[in-house]
Amino acid sequence: MRNPTVLSSGFLGVNVEMLKRVVQEGAGAVTFKSIGPKVKSGHRNPTVLAYEWGMINAVGLPSPGYKDMEGELARMKEVGAPVFVSIYGASVEEFREVAEAVAGYNPAVIELNVSCPNTKAEGMVFGCSEKHSAEVVAAVKDVAGKVPVMPKLTSQALDVGRVAKACEEAGADAIAAINTVGPGMLINIEAKKPVLDYKRGGISGPAIRPIAVRCVYDIYEVVDIPILGIGGVTEGRDVIELMQAGATAVGIGSGIYYRGIDVFKKVCEEMKIWMKENGYKDVKKLIGVAHE
Amino acid sequence: MSDMPVSNRVRKVVKESEEVRTIFLEDNVPGAIPGQFVMVWLPGVDEKPYALSYMDGEAAVTVQRRGKFTDEIFKLKKGDYIGVGGPYGNGFDVDVCKRPCIIAGGIGIAPLAPLAEKLARKKPIIIMGAATKEKLIFRERMEKVCKVEHTTDDGSCGRKCFASDILEEVIEKCRVDVVYGCGPEMMLKRVFEICRKNRVECQLSLERYMHCGLGVCGSCAVDGYRVCVDGPVFSSKQLSRMSEFGRFARLKYGKKVGLSEYYAWRE
Ligand SMILES: Cc1cc2nc3c(=O)[nH]c(=O)nc-3n(C[C@H](O)[C@H](O)[C@H](O)COP(=O)(O)O)c2cc1C
Ligand code: FES
Repeated sequence: MRNPTVLSSGFLGVNVEMLKRVVQEGAGAVTFKSIGPKVKSGHRNPTVLAYEWGMINAVGLPSPGYKDMEGELARMKEVGAPVFVSIYGASVEEFREVAEAVAGYNPAVIELNVSCPNTKAEGMVFGCSEKHSAEVVAAVKDVAGKVPVMPKLTSQALDVGRVAKACEEAGADAIAAINTVGPGMLINIEAKKPVLDYKRGGISGPAIRPIAVRCVYDIYEVVDIPILGIGGVTEGRDVIELMQAGATAVGIGSGIYYRGIDVFKKVCEEMKIWMKENGYKDVKKLIGVAHE
Repeated sequence: MSDMPVSNRVRKVVKESEEVRTIFLEDNVPGAIPGQFVMVWLPGVDEKPYALSYMDGEAAVTVQRRGKFTDEIFKLKKGDYIGVGGPYGNGFDVDVCKRPCIIAGGIGIAPLAPLAEKLARKKPIIIMGAATKEKLIFRERMEKVCKVEHTTDDGSCGRKCFASDILEEVIEKCRVDVVYGCGPEMMLKRVFEICRKNRVECQLSLERYMHCGLGVCGSCAVDGYRVCVDGPVFSSKQLSRMSEFGRFARLKYGKKVGLSEYYAWRE
């Protein structure tokens, strides 16, 4: 990776051309939108809102299913930067099935979305439990061959560090944290109705940054594998904060709304300035320093 | 920053044709320019993007009946609740033209009508096409502003052909330098090609299924462009870089399909 910023899953990663664009806008790596076992239509609108402090969404993991994504996956090399593929399933078997198909395209990482709060069957149950998360990781490792496997965890777990540790022991090559927080709800008081059609939605953006920092910090304490820190990054300082907490790389999603699609470039510029002012030459030197 | 439906009410409903209604809003959508759109929310039903067909103090959207959502819009009456987010998108650039031509296919006239009014001083030529005379909405509104060429599929008004069939002739005759267009994408593709051949700039407004309208989800992607934020209006240069323009679009769950399958799904 030419820099530590990664386009987070669920944002823009619908096709190779869009991923290429995000790389041009400065991302060090990019992630395909979460791919499931079969066609899933997602929720009705409104699905994504921005309030004063963050975003709230219930998109509902829409996906054409891995079979219809194969055309895009096959062209991954054209993106010109490492491509992560995020996958989800409602059971260990489904995760295994999608992972096996995806691994054939040799992505830089397979990310396991064991943590989406917006769908009832998929994900959430796994991410809250050490045992289930570890089972998914082990099953996927089994079929992923050389492709690194990275479960994406949720802040909702009672002890995110223990879930991370269980995943590491099951063979995970890295840990991503966190997914959206909540679910939360916003009501339009004149309409007297929840604004999201699905009513409840996951919260992202600046509102959740402290939770993301704490989770990355907790995880760093207990695992030795690299951490992708995600949650509320909009500025260079936020990347540095997550790296000091223990992240090796940092995911950006909602930041696209707050700063534009070139948020990656802006954030990297801001990091450079901070590092120069504070006497850092190598970004790697930032990792985990808040623990010392 | 905050982006979500803002509570509004229906001020009046105007019947433009059997299948088209204009919904005027009680509260204006401040700061909007022609070509921008709003997200219209009917609580408990759905939320969809619509171009503003009136602005400057009397915001309105003009809606063609299609499916469940528009059935509900057609039931709206004065005083009813309607949530409105936006304005979103870039809008048309009006500074670049000296002799503009505006070409509209069917309901594509919606964002172009306020554009024509804004460009009135530059004496635009409008080509409006529709299936029948009854479906040529905003005909009188446009005739008040500028010179209008009509085309209909059945010949019931103006010439019996597609709007794009007379574009080349109009470009030559009137020395047009910029073409503004909105309508079915097959028509827009032809408009783009005619403009390229005649070395005339164009700005075309595209349409895709949208989830967020905020530039984050990617559901509205045309290649590496987001229709909701980078568009909906695209320049010749941008259009020439799109491999999906005039060929592919994505369904709600992200599957890429041919345009005819996309339009069939939209109905
Ligand atoms: C609209 C939207 C869609 C998302 N879709 C996914 C998804 O499909 N898979 C996933 O693992 N996370 C998804 N997320 C979560 C993000 O990847 C990320 O973990 C979260 O938004 C926190 O980061 P941020 O504050 O930078 O946005 C989504 C978030 C948003 C706002
Ligand atoms: S509708 Fe979500 S990016 Fe355009």
